[in-house]
Amino acid sequence: MTNHWTDIQNSDCILIMGSNAAENHPISFKWVTRAQEKGATVIHVDPRFTRTSAKADMHMTLRSGSDIAVLGGMIKYILDKDLIFKDYVVNYTNASFILGDKYTFDDGLFSGYDPKTKSYDKSTWAFAMDADGNPKKDPTLKNPRCVYQMLKKHYARYDLDKVMAISGMSKKELVGLYETYAATGTGTKAGTIMYAMGWTQHTVGVQYIRTMAMVQLLLGNIGVAGGGVNALRGESNVQGSTDQCLLFHILPGYLKTPSAKDDSFEAYNKAYTPHSNDPKSANWWQNYPKYSASLLKSMWQDDDPAKSYEYLPRLDKNAASIYSWLPMFDKMEEGMFKGLFAWGMNPACSGANSNKTRNALSKLDWLVNVNIFPNETGWFWEGPGMDPTKIKTEVFFLPCAVSIEKEGSITNSGRWMQWRYKGPNAPNDQKPDGDLIYELMHEIQSLYKKEGGAYPEPITRLTWDAIATNGVFDPHKTAQLINGRFTRDIEIKGKMYKKGELVPSFAFLQADGSTTSGNWLYCNSYTEKGNMAARRDLAQTPEQANIGLFPNFSWCWPVNRRILYNRASVDLQGKPYNPKKAVIAWNGEKWVGDVPDGGWAPGSKYAFIMRKHGFGQLFGPGRADGPLPEYYEPLECPVKEHPFSKTLHNPTAIKFDDEKKAVCDPRYPLIGTTYRVTEHWQTGLMTRNCDWLTECEPQVFVEMSPELAEMRGIGSGDKVVIESLRGSLWGKAIVTKRLKPFSIQGTTVHQVGLPWHFGWTWPKDGGDSANLLTPSVGDPNTGIPETKAFMVNVRKA
Amino acid sequence: MSKTFFIDLTKCTACRGCQVACKQWKKLPAEKTENWGSHQNPKDLSGVTLKLVRFEEVGDRGDMQWLFFPEQCRHCIEPPCLDAMTVPGSIIHDEETGAVVYTELTAQEPDKDAFQMSCPYDIPRINEETGQVVKCDMCVDRVKVGLLPACVQTCPTGAMNFGDRDEMLALAEKRLAQAKKKYPEAELVDAEYVRVIYLVQTDPDSYYESLSASVAPRGPLTRKQFLATLGRPVKSITS
Repeated sequence: MTNHWTDIQNSDCILIMGSNAAENHPISFKWVTRAQEKGATVIHVDPRFTRTSAKADMHMTLRSGSDIAVLGGMIKYILDKDLIFKDYVVNYTNASFILGDKYTFDDGLFSGYDPKTKSYDKSTWAFAMDADGNPKKDPTLKNPRCVYQMLKKHYARYDLDKVMAISGMSKKELVGLYETYAATGTGTKAGTIMYAMGWTQHTVGVQYIRTMAMVQLLLGNIGVAGGGVNALRGESNVQGSTDQCLLFHILPGYLKTPSAKDDSFEAYNKAYTPHSNDPKSANWWQNYPKYSASLLKSMWQDDDPAKSYEYLPRLDKNAASIYSWLPMFDKMEEGMFKGLFAWGMNPACSGANSNKTRNALSKLDWLVNVNIFPNETGWFWEGPGMDPTKIKTEVFFLPCAVSIEKEGSITNSGRWMQWRYKGPNAPNDQKPDGDLIYELMHEIQSLYKKEGGAYPEPITRLTWDAIATNGVFDPHKTAQLINGRFTRDIEIKGKMYKKGELVPSFAFLQADGSTTSGNWLYCNSYTEKGNMAARRDLAQTPEQANIGLFPNFSWCWPVNRRILYNRASVDLQGKPYNPKKAVIAWNGEKWVGDVPDGGWAPGSKYAFIMRKHGFGQLFGPGRADGPLPEYYEPLECPVKEHPFSKTLHNPTAIKFDDEKKAVCDPRYPLIGTTYRVTEHWQTGLMTRNCDWLTECEPQVFVEMSPELAEMRGIGSGDKVVIESLRGSLWGKAIVTKRLKPFSIQGTTVHQVGLPWHFGWTWPKDGGDSANLLTPSVGDPNTGIPETKAFMVNVRKA
Repeated sequence: MSKTFFIDLTKCTACRGCQVACKQWKKLPAEKTENWGSHQNPKDLSGVTLKLVRFEEVGDRGDMQWLFFPEQCRHCIEPPCLDAMTVPGSIIHDEETGAVVYTELTAQEPDKDAFQMSCPYDIPRINEETGQVVKCDMCVDRVKVGLLPACVQTCPTGAMNFGDRDEMLALAEKRLAQAKKKYPEAELVDAEYVRVIYLVQTDPDSYYESLSASVAPRGPLTRKQFLATLGRPVKSITS
């Protein structure tokens, strides 16, 4: 989230799209409800009528997978009717930037596409540069090659008729959505977006969010109270896990995983440190070498960062198509993995294409499953269709402590790091994850020290005891290491800091090995003043009280800034666009309110300090699939063509060519989608084992419209079979008008949906995972599978 | 000061936190359920389910309402179920809070069905294991030590409220005025007669047949039924 759950109360218009917030983030509705009490309009756009729709002021249905058409249409509507917040668009976005000569767009393909590698040469998307090496700009927005004009041109195709035809929404619904939401583009109103997996789990998931971020930039809704782009994360600490970057392509604090070509620390820093010639661009990432050196120094404290850089593993090429979840299980199925740690995870149910995932597990030599309950992953070998006598995989199950039985922090969607004390001891001496990891690595280190190996130094030289006290994992020491310490006495900005002292904030981190920091974004979270995440003080200034901001409660990255990009909430003189809900304001001497995005005087630096050039990116030349969001169909879809181009699918999507996809396949005529319910969580492992929750939602259900049910001879409560090219499962039919048939390009298309919380282990009559149906296809930037739109059939069991 | 619940159904998201919190505080077992074509489960109140969120879809596409009704005992000001009592002390009408509490003595009642028959809201049920007649007791054990009822404590949206009766009545009137702007048919159900006041956005019968008192919903008869119970001695708390 750029903002926070609590900040939703400040919004004038809340768009909930790609999310069923009332059901899946029930507490969010505390704040949504407060906003409504103050007169806010809540709009829910979703394939279904859900508990969220029931509370919304406006509800409209769209076909799953068609969101970019709808949002692209919104951009066109805003531009056609000139509803942008112009001061903001000119001063804070790259609308005025002029594109270079190589950029083209033709029939669904951007310049630089290589069909052999299914990837783009992004250098063709560069801006035109002036003599000083800065992007050429036209603040009048009239230059035909400026981003604003290119947007107009790009989205000219997204007219109401085309959007209606492909999304199934009516003209009245579309105009109602556009008119209501665009009314926030005045500077004194704020609109926010609450989205979740309904947007991310598509082969164009990143571009869904890009499209909305662009709408927010055009309307001046980023950096303001009640605005922002707000991802409702799927679990309490998934933001924390994201920040620590437990992914293939990034290291803690969103640093880049080195690639093979980055053959020295110097080359690595040079490759990933952006450079701007414009003195008004803060270009915050220019500090990259300080953060990378501090990370390395936190891990290998006895080595110089230039040396310890060599210890980091490197990627052949930093690409989701090679290293993310789907290709990992694809390679596992081919027998290319020896072992797997499934730690607090249940991939046998959670990953797309469960049959493939479960089969892949059978190709492993060993599998370590760390969890609080037995599950479909650890017990895959006795699951449906498996013959245990033919499976070689040796499985180790490590029961662990649950969240309340251990101390540590979680970071919630709104970036608040909150410390949690330990409740009861775990039964049977079960240990917290930290202890398990510490002891495991300690043993691995001992073995390498004793037995050696091909390249033991990365392991033997690791300063592993930095996270332990007397040989026991210490969460406080770990949090302090993540914050960072000075490694020697040093003077910075006229002040002396002693060796061993905690670093006050990331502005003090150094590139020469004189500081450690396990994650620069968290530097300032645990300082000599104490554990900031454990604070529960409600003190606030009147300015902070006005927008419900509590700066002394827990701690928020970065440097306790509660609303990101807040310098864009004021004009170039530091005066809030919306004085009634000011986030920050310049009082003539200093900023008051939230922690500003840098303390420089108003107008002296561009607002978007994390961007190289300092501007919010309407044109975003960094993504794998294009600098502007473009409409593509899901890889399984009910149409042969769409009205925006002849390029049917995202040409860069992750897929495996030997796996068939159902496109207009008469055997699978229905759109399927998966989702969650309030009562269960993720694969249901924790909730399926709680009787009171399975009492509420006991079994897999398949929701469908009365029209479809009649065609299939299905009554509500009947047992049905739902099947795709990849697998099938049973569920109980819920026949309801909350689902409806769509008219897509003149043809009636039906959609069905089911929850993915179930698995064959327990309850015995609960059903199995909905991911038996979903395809191994994913977003080219993130690798996230497309589990929100795929093709199925349903019949009475 | 006597207590009252105010339940604003315009703010209920049917998260069922209240339904589960009730079972958790009361240590009541889960029922073995199956999906029966609805999200509502269990299907009905029972000897082990004292609070149940009912789901009802009304209207057609375009003007559809999905109505949620967290059902519980209304703790009537003049409880008709007192008439069903034949074993002294099987029902306690607590003077301090106004809670209507069924005790273990209900197990000795010769006609247990009379409790449910007497209830205008069709609430009391029989626990098969203990033989007692059971229903919500306002979490009187919590309330007496200054805690909120478990269901109110857990509600995320402000739908469930609990407090002194005059404060709840004032809140109810305030919320009704707000709700009427969006839902002209909004009303407070049986507010004068019960300690669980529901704010509905539409006709109460659309939610559930016994959301409002039975015997001609909210008509003079209902009032008459209540008036008939006036003047009856109120039992004082005995334990």
